[in-house]
Amino acid sequence: MSPMREGSLWWGGSSFVELLRHVRMSSGEPGILSGMGGGNSPVPSGGNSLEGIPVWHGTTVLALRTASGVIMAADRQASEGYQVADRAIHKIFPVDRGSAVAIAGAAGPAIEMARLFRVEIEHYEKLEGVSLSLLGKSNKLGQMVREHLPLAMQGLVVVPLYAGFDDRSGEGRIFKYDAVGGRYEEEEYHANGSGGLFARNVLKMSYRPGLAEEEGVQIALRALYEAADEDLGTGGPDFVRGIYPTVYSLTRSGVEGIPTDRVSRILREISDSLRRREKT
Amino acid sequence: MTMPFYVSPEQFLQDKAEYAKKGISRGRSIAVLEVVEGILLVADNPSHALHKISEIYDRVAFAGVGKYSEFENLRKSGIRYADLKGFLYSREDVTGRSLANAYSELLGNSFSQEMKPMEVEIILADLGSGERSNEIYRISFDGSIFDESLVSVVGGRSEQLKAFLRERVRPGVTMSEGLGLVRAGFLAQNENGHSVENMEAALLERAGNGRCFRRLSSAEIAGFLSEGEGGGLAHGTSDLRS
Repeated sequence: MSPMREGSLWWGGSSFVELLRHVRMSSGEPGILSGMGGGNSPVPSGGNSLEGIPVWHGTTVLALRTASGVIMAADRQASEGYQVADRAIHKIFPVDRGSAVAIAGAAGPAIEMARLFRVEIEHYEKLEGVSLSLLGKSNKLGQMVREHLPLAMQGLVVVPLYAGFDDRSGEGRIFKYDAVGGRYEEEEYHANGSGGLFARNVLKMSYRPGLAEEEGVQIALRALYEAADEDLGTGGPDFVRGIYPTVYSLTRSGVEGIPTDRVSRILREISDSLRRREKT
Repeated sequence: MTMPFYVSPEQFLQDKAEYAKKGISRGRSIAVLEVVEGILLVADNPSHALHKISEIYDRVAFAGVGKYSEFENLRKSGIRYADLKGFLYSREDVTGRSLANAYSELLGNSFSQEMKPMEVEIILADLGSGERSNEIYRISFDGSIFDESLVSVVGGRSEQLKAFLRERVRPGVTMSEGLGLVRAGFLAQNENGHSVENMEAALLERAGNGRCFRRLSSAEIAGFLSEGEGGGLAHGTSDLRS
């Protein structure tokens, strides 16, 4: 951490990632941005050097477009191999007033990336006096995923899902990524992570354009429910401990978490409807 | 052979200080007030694009007068300092005090080491939370730092405006009352009148969560001003005209 006078803070750009790189390089600290970017990775390169090192993985996250914006949802489990590492982690991070990022993959670097991304966006907004466009933010995230590539090649893959309300076009937009930083805009819905395939199947069956928010939340929770049913890594609703998936609604008025009682009520309805079906 | 002129360090510093003061007094004023809703920052600023007041961090705001390029640089390095600290440690660890110290150090070094001192004066406002009270720091061109409360004023004929506000601002003043008082102060400062359009204002909002800085638009300012006039403010403005 350099104090102001060391000159690094007079550096002229508006990017926090670049600033952090600059400061760390000038202080001779090895490893940039938790290993992102170039040869200074803290993990020795070459070979599968992470073999045997336990890594936590976040699992299923999803987003779908509704009439008023986007619904984002994620389960709460982190897995370490076949074991539960954490039952109640959060995988969706509000980035600014109108957007949020959901992250699947190696939990440590993923959460770090989300944190860095948030500061990056805020930093730009404060320095420039205007916020980046939604497309600009999504490209920035793509670059961060690409810079993470050296670690991804050693198994620490991070795959974000980014969504927000675009003030300029007046609608919700979803961006999905691959592990090498490719950014693809999604028109309807997407789900990531180990349970992503199962969630996508549910979304595919139930999704239609112009969904109301309420319906969107129901479909998102049903998709997570089914993903947890099929996938070992995805956590289902935990009625005993009271742990339920996180759901966010992204609209013109901002990023808003759906209250737990509403989520739990919908999940109870889903499980009740399934129970009745089994009886008949 | 020519000998370099000898200038005593005392004289040298005095000249520099005078130079800086002259530059600062040419600018227009900024007033920072503690109000019920949080901390109110108001600047006399004819430009809508170039701001004098801005957000540094969640609960910290910056106001600068003097040379635009210089206080703009200070503002940016403050944001960099705060964001770095908040990222490397935690968001709670970014405090107004450490920022004020860093600014003081930067300005102090610049004053004693550079040929040309910086022609700026800044205010750093840190909104308190829970038990912690508000902190307002005024930092001068030579790095001297003043811990102020209730009212802080920089730039232009700041003494006059400060005296005007000190007389009228009481603890428990609301934001719209505060806006009205500062506007009355600006009117008293300018013989040619003062337009509401030339007011730049922002609030560090106590009710806010996370990022508390809120910039007020011209329309909002006008709205709050008319709201304030309905209350006990009429007294203040009539005082002024007499």
